[in-house]
Amino acid sequence: MMSYSHRVYAYRRSPDQDRGVVHHPVIVVGAGPVGLAAAADLALRDVPVVVLDDDHMVSVGSRAICWAKRTLEIFDRLGCGEPIAHQGVSWNTGKVFHRDELVYQFDLLAEHGHHRPAFVNLQQYYVEDHLVERVSSLPAADLRWMNKVVGVTPQAERVLLRIDTPDGDYALTCDWLIVADGARSPVRTMLGLEAEGQVFRDRFLIADIKMKSDFPPERWFWFDPPFHRNQSALLHRQADDVWRIDFQLGWDADPDAEKMPERILPRLRAMLGANARFEIEWASVYTFQCRRMPFFRHGRVLFAGDAAHVVSPFGARGANSGIQDVDNLVWKLRLVMTGLAPERLLDTYDIERTAAADENIRHSTQATDFITPKSAVSRTFRDAVLGLAKRHAFARRLVNSGRLSVPAVLAESPLNTPDADRFDGAMVPGTPAADAPVTGPGSKWFLEYLRSVFTLVSFGAPVPADAAALLFRDPIRCRVLQVSTSAGDTNADSQVLVGDVSGLLATRYDGRPGTCYLFRPDQHVCARWRTFDLAAVRAAIARATGNS
Amino acid sequence: MILNTELNLPAPDDFYDELIALHRGLNEEESALVNAKLILLLANHIGDPAVLRAAMAAARGGATPQRE
Repeated sequence: MMSYSHRVYAYRRSPDQDRGVVHHPVIVVGAGPVGLAAAADLALRDVPVVVLDDDHMVSVGSRAICWAKRTLEIFDRLGCGEPIAHQGVSWNTGKVFHRDELVYQFDLLAEHGHHRPAFVNLQQYYVEDHLVERVSSLPAADLRWMNKVVGVTPQAERVLLRIDTPDGDYALTCDWLIVADGARSPVRTMLGLEAEGQVFRDRFLIADIKMKSDFPPERWFWFDPPFHRNQSALLHRQADDVWRIDFQLGWDADPDAEKMPERILPRLRAMLGANARFEIEWASVYTFQCRRMPFFRHGRVLFAGDAAHVVSPFGARGANSGIQDVDNLVWKLRLVMTGLAPERLLDTYDIERTAAADENIRHSTQATDFITPKSAVSRTFRDAVLGLAKRHAFARRLVNSGRLSVPAVLAESPLNTPDADRFDGAMVPGTPAADAPVTGPGSKWFLEYLRSVFTLVSFGAPVPADAAALLFRDPIRCRVLQVSTSAGDTNADSQVLVGDVSGLLATRYDGRPGTCYLFRPDQHVCARWRTFDLAAVRAAIARATGNS
Repeated sequence: MILNTELNLPAPDDFYDELIALHRGLNEEESALVNAKLILLLANHIGDPAVLRAAMAAARGGATPQRE
């Protein structure tokens, strides 16, 4: 008995199907979290977008469950962060056990003063429902279920798609195609492109169970637990009293047999106790891979999410990195489409996000090598680390049960203006914005003021009103956000005043009177100075948009 | 820092004794685990990545790679 009943999203015949080959500016293939986030971001920027999905339901089974802080912040920007964060189970603490002992625990968000927690656990189907609702509320988005792409032909200035529906097939063209159709990406295959990398020789059983339990909302990971000797296990709490359990099975396990309830139940009973009352909602056996496409941009075809890169699940770096792909891509695509940036700006999507994918793959591979040692000596070192970790602090840092998703710092990006002034702290150009509590005319959180356009944040000394007005009227708009140490209020369209009453914002950014930070539309720092200079800000915006 | 391969042990023979004694009564698997822990403890104490890399290269020197 499932606690969630899948909403069926009805197929509707589109007028396009009766009108020859209709052209659209952007088409997104795939209505998973990544495709839906892309559609929401585009539609919010008034870019008309058609989303094609070959199914009529959200995902079956919980699948991606751990939504990272950065992803929630992006969802906030897209206008659906609150329902997702509210429904999900917030957690910051992870515990690692070796055999029957707690080896150590970590707090992923040790400091206060952030709107969102390190993670929220929520079944992928719920996240998709929230995203569908958000996308459906935006007039510029056109979501088409049971529309299966069966042909892709890149042409000189556009892409031609052939689409199969319950009413037969039809064709569309688009200027830009965003491909977010998952790890097995049919569109990637149709284009003869491949994701290259490594397949791991191990199998994992993944089960969702419904259970009333007092376990705290934390991530619990076991190496070699008494209830599952010589393998690992992982426990996560999700919404509606649903729990995710992962059992490492080893490469020789029979995937079909292990999926059967008579094999799963004894494993669960051993773990949860003979008296535990639970129901199995969903189970699957998986192997995993770390792979990526050599390039995410192929002319007018842009790959995002699992279609472009896949990682092992340890670390929650799959869906979270896919959402960051979209966050990176959409503002650039809009600037290119409106003629405000050259096409080569899209190459920086490839540069920045392949670097991020490599970072995710590196972390994921390292975690996998620790969890699934490939040789006897690798296993010996792993056990040595676990043996030392309880008493010796240094060894705890070597224990790797998955390095949990943190956003990539795009420090090497060509869009950054290198620092000319001295700064302390972590906010180097390329870093996604750190949150802090503020007072102001809108939200109580700093990130809510970085809204999808370039934003210049100025600490203390005000930016002259005429300069702020000029930046606001530039073709690529930049808003000024003035930070004061007292309570904030609105000044004008071009300038908003917020108060850093706690002083946390200034601390996190090393903000002194006169300090200015320039944020991109995706809330990444791209330049900073100790004093305001209009020409320098304009040059940094030109650089961050491929216009210099 | 560079890897010091000149004699640095005040009582080399005694050290060697203690190292062998450390493994007395252990089977091969247990010994391997003790050695691994020892390497990790010493590596953390040394810390310097260049020294550790030089030591790893020196330790590996002469060993023929096995075909995968």
